[in-house]
Amino acid sequence: MTSLPAYPSAKRLGLVIDLDVCVGCHACAVSCKEWNTGGYGNALSDQDPYGPDVSGAWLNRIHTFEVVPDGGQVVGEASDARIVHFPKSCLHCEDAPCVTVCPTGASHKRAEDGIVLVDEDKCIGCGLCAWACPYGAREMDVAAGVMKKCTLCIDRIYNETIAEVDRVPSCVRTCPANARHFGDFGDPASAVSTMVAERGGIDLMPEQGTRPVNKYLPPRPRRPLADSAPKAAAVDVSGVTGFFAWLDGVLERI
Amino acid sequence: MHPALSVIVFTTVSGLGYGLAAVLGLGALDAAAWPTRVAHVLALAAISTGLLSSTLHLGNPQRAWRAFSQWRSSWLSREGVLAVATFLPLTASAWMSVIEGRYLPLWGLLGTAGSVATVFSTAMIYTSLRSVQAWHTPLTVAGYLSFAAAGGLLLATVAAYAAGSDMAPRLALAGIVALAAAWAFKGAWWRRQRRMAPISTPESATGLGAIGRVRLHERPHANENYLTREMGFKVARKHADKLERLALASGGVAPVLLLAAATFAGGGLAIALALLAVPFHAIGVLAERWLFFATARHAVMNYYGR
Ligand code: SF4
Ligand code: SF4
Repeated sequence: MTSLPAYPSAKRLGLVIDLDVCVGCHACAVSCKEWNTGGYGNALSDQDPYGPDVSGAWLNRIHTFEVVPDGGQVVGEASDARIVHFPKSCLHCEDAPCVTVCPTGASHKRAEDGIVLVDEDKCIGCGLCAWACPYGAREMDVAAGVMKKCTLCIDRIYNETIAEVDRVPSCVRTCPANARHFGDFGDPASAVSTMVAERGGIDLMPEQGTRPVNKYLPPRPRRPLADSAPKAAAVDVSGVTGFFAWLDGVLERI
Repeated sequence: MHPALSVIVFTTVSGLGYGLAAVLGLGALDAAAWPTRVAHVLALAAISTGLLSSTLHLGNPQRAWRAFSQWRSSWLSREGVLAVATFLPLTASAWMSVIEGRYLPLWGLLGTAGSVATVFSTAMIYTSLRSVQAWHTPLTVAGYLSFAAAGGLLLATVAAYAAGSDMAPRLALAGIVALAAAWAFKGAWWRRQRRMAPISTPESATGLGAIGRVRLHERPHANENYLTREMGFKVARKHADKLERLALASGGVAPVLLLAAATFAGGGLAIALALLAVPFHAIGVLAERWLFFATARHAVMNYYGR
């Protein structure tokens, strides 16, 4: 059924991604690829895997952006410009346009926990859902001809055969900087809800009307470049004569 | 957006087919005349070719039947359901004309209504996508419907002249009006596309706008991926301007002049002139459809610096 659940689910599982902490190591993307190529649905195929034109389906990709504040100066490598590493995967939107456009019922949003999934046995690989998603969170597996997307590691989070500490999405478990957090946004007391409230978590492209569940924590403010310029302490040399006065004069000139 | 040949051919050919079927369904042509019979077969052939070519780009075409299930939410599903449902009255009308030389108003009008509804839902597939801002306007629907009408009237005019029907000049006139309307809608669509401020920007896409101006520093992967191949296509404005003029000249100006000339010429010359207008129109519409995809920017490109 590609109509969205009539009522928002009480449980809304998703991720918080801390842009202040992410170091852009791509470990989450790699662990996601590794877990999901053997997990839910078809393997995540690569084309020309060891050749020059390698490309394949990934469910998580890390972009890196430069942000320049208004009036900020960009001088070589030292400047007011900030580098922000930006992991991006499915945001499990409340008003998911990728779900409603699907003609087959393959793409759906689960009423019980809000996870957006593709039933690969129903998918015809028309690609319309990837067009409908403004975030680029869906990629076609061209070998299997079906659409792939983040499942929030549905085969981990409810998996009682693995240790409890591992029952989080693979990306969250892997992140060495602890930039990714998994939890229930439907519960205002959950760790993810608290984090979002404290740090002012944001929605990506709210103007697209998708109401994403995943939230991003903005980088913490940084001091302007000018504040960190070393301030030369003024030294009083007025009483110096002879060799030191000569030395002072030479040093002034060079 | 990537201008996939199968989708461009599908929308152009099936648009012509549905346009012709819609005009035939109105009963303006003598059902017993041989050109009308040919037109019925042609319309069905165009529609079927279009529909078949649209399944070519599917990853799993053998499951295409599943696409009829989600008509409650999906315009693509509605298009499929309507296309199949419309086949019934269209085939009935074609049968009546080709085999029995008769026109049945009920089946005819049902076919017309179904054709209009099918083209409408095709257009709605694109119109409903907020992620592609250039498409997200009622002008997209107006364009698809009026181009189908113009193409249908054009083909019907040829058939009317070939049948020596006195409806021919009237159909030609209606064709001219439809052509003018279609290109007026397209002109407005192009103007809107050129002037609109993007609703999504790298700043809103990353949520970093509060800090400052955002620029892509490093892509996630060095090579192209599905997203950049499918949605990263962008044609330079300079070339788009040139192609727009070519599309208008071939698909609009030329057929209008040829149809007008046909109404003055009459007889055998009129058939030739109206017939000549068809390829001109088709080439113009193909170019217009190519631009429709190739110039449209997808919101995801805010993450790819394109
Ligand atoms: S991020 Fe994209 S794929 Fe995921 S739910 Fe939202 S619209 Fe759908
Ligand atoms: S690609 Fe598959 S999941 Fe996506 S809209 Fe088409 S059928 Fe649905």
